[in-house]
Amino acid sequence: MKILVSVKRVPDPYAKISPNATGTDINRDGLQMAVNPFDEIALEEAIRLKEAGKATEVVAVSIGGAESQEQLRTALAMGADRAILVQTDETLDAPSVAKILAAVYRREQPHLMLMGKQAIDMDENQVGQMLAAILDLPQATFASKITIENGSATVERETDNGIETIRMPLPAIITADLRLNEPRYVALTGIVRARSKPLETITPADLGVQTRTRVRLTQVEAPPARKAGKRVSDVHELVRLLREEARVI
Amino acid sequence: MKVLIVAETDGGRVSEKTLPAIAFAQQKSPETFTILAIGDNLQGVEMLTGYGAQAVLTVNHPALAKPLAERYAPVVAHYAQQLGADAIVATTTTFSRDLLARVAGLLDAPMLSDITALESANGKLVAKRPIYSANLIGTFEVEGSHVVMTVRGPAWGKPEPKGASPVQNAEAPADIPTRSEWLSLQGGGGGRPDLTQARVVVSGGRPLKDPETFEKYIGGLADALGGAVGATRAAVDSGIAPNELQVGQTGKTVAPELYIAVAVSGSVQHLAGMKDSKVIVAINTDPEAPIFQVADYGLVADLYQVVPELTELLKNSGS
Repeated sequence: MKILVSVKRVPDPYAKISPNATGTDINRDGLQMAVNPFDEIALEEAIRLKEAGKATEVVAVSIGGAESQEQLRTALAMGADRAILVQTDETLDAPSVAKILAAVYRREQPHLMLMGKQAIDMDENQVGQMLAAILDLPQATFASKITIENGSATVERETDNGIETIRMPLPAIITADLRLNEPRYVALTGIVRARSKPLETITPADLGVQTRTRVRLTQVEAPPARKAGKRVSDVHELVRLLREEARVI
Repeated sequence: MKVLIVAETDGGRVSEKTLPAIAFAQQKSPETFTILAIGDNLQGVEMLTGYGAQAVLTVNHPALAKPLAERYAPVVAHYAQQLGADAIVATTTTFSRDLLARVAGLLDAPMLSDITALESANGKLVAKRPIYSANLIGTFEVEGSHVVMTVRGPAWGKPEPKGASPVQNAEAPADIPTRSEWLSLQGGGGGRPDLTQARVVVSGGRPLKDPETFEKYIGGLADALGGAVGATRAAVDSGIAPNELQVGQTGKTVAPELYIAVAVSGSVQHLAGMKDSKVIVAINTDPEAPIFQVADYGLVADLYQVVPELTELLKNSGS
């Protein structure tokens, strides 16, 4: 079984994010970049499936500028077998990303595609579902447990109403939630080995995809700040203020 | 703008989580919106009929008895096209995130997730939505006449009562894919109000030790206020509280009238899910905890002492 995993280059989740001087984007000076944490979880799951003998090959794909090679090298160091960079400097919206990934999927013909439920920059949570629609495949979003057996996937999903379990035949698109696993640390031997693993670079045009971005970020601002209120000395004062000042109880 | 609202259902019953999407439609397209509810033998449809929608369409079919995106998406796409909808809208939840992005994929439509504001400028839709874990607000322009949107519940509130809408039974399209099967749902309920809908939310962090302690102190205080229970990611990860109670970046977004954070330090990720609450109370032993920076009322104290006191005081005074 071949597994395709998409990884996006995003700001490090612990980096301080602020608007740039013109308020048109974030300030990217000296910003540390990383693999999108949810994609890292998806990749870890794919590697574990390979280690468990359920998968034979793990292919990582990223879309972005040449600098996204860095995140693909991380994926290779974690344990992916090879990597594909669809190189473009365009800012793409989710449908465009889904179309490019669909073309990569058709070229690679995997049995399973794993990806993060969302990227932690735009927090859209769209691409996996769009991809499943374009490819007419079953989908399982927000996966917190995946069991592969007899050509089908049983997936526990974290929904607002609790843990939902669904089952679908493969191939399918599954998006990873936080509690699916804890990604491994990359070992030095992995980093060394990653250097000799194949990393192919192609373009959207090579895949025959023409993208048209229709959703554009035009302005970035800090949300209105909430100011700290007052300290109370005991529960009696708290209840009195909630009742008489805030009037919420 | 012609709006199609997709009602949230669990396949058997309409959820009140639909209401903010109706409030959105009342504000942005008061004359021309239709509500679509999908399931099998659907109950609670009358919840949707008092808000001035042109019609409430119900699609009932045995294959739609559980809310699987693969099965529901073609139904939504079918009626969006039939009605000539310019916008397909639902309240942001895991149900709508799963379903509407698939609908957008089927229709090749652009999508905006979790919007807090929407205007029209120079023939383009301009929306605001939280980005970077709600650390920033982004303004987005959308090209083209069709768009799929999920709307952030707390930003749109509740709809106004308006004229009655006719309920129309609509046929399910013939080609519903049935590859995905629904097997089970664990958790939820417990007799308390829904976390995202509740007027009062009491949340607890990891210092609550274990599920019994968490339920006794956090559940007890929530019950004294008729409120819902929430939890931090740390509390959920350490098994103290179930996953669906998590408030924050990867959990739920809540904006109740009163949010009481008990032994919650106030990580950026947690704040992302609750900082729009009207009044925030923080109870924490650490006076430097970041939660105090957003709290309207802060009490530096040991929860094991003050939470029972507070619970008793509220019970005895009949709040």
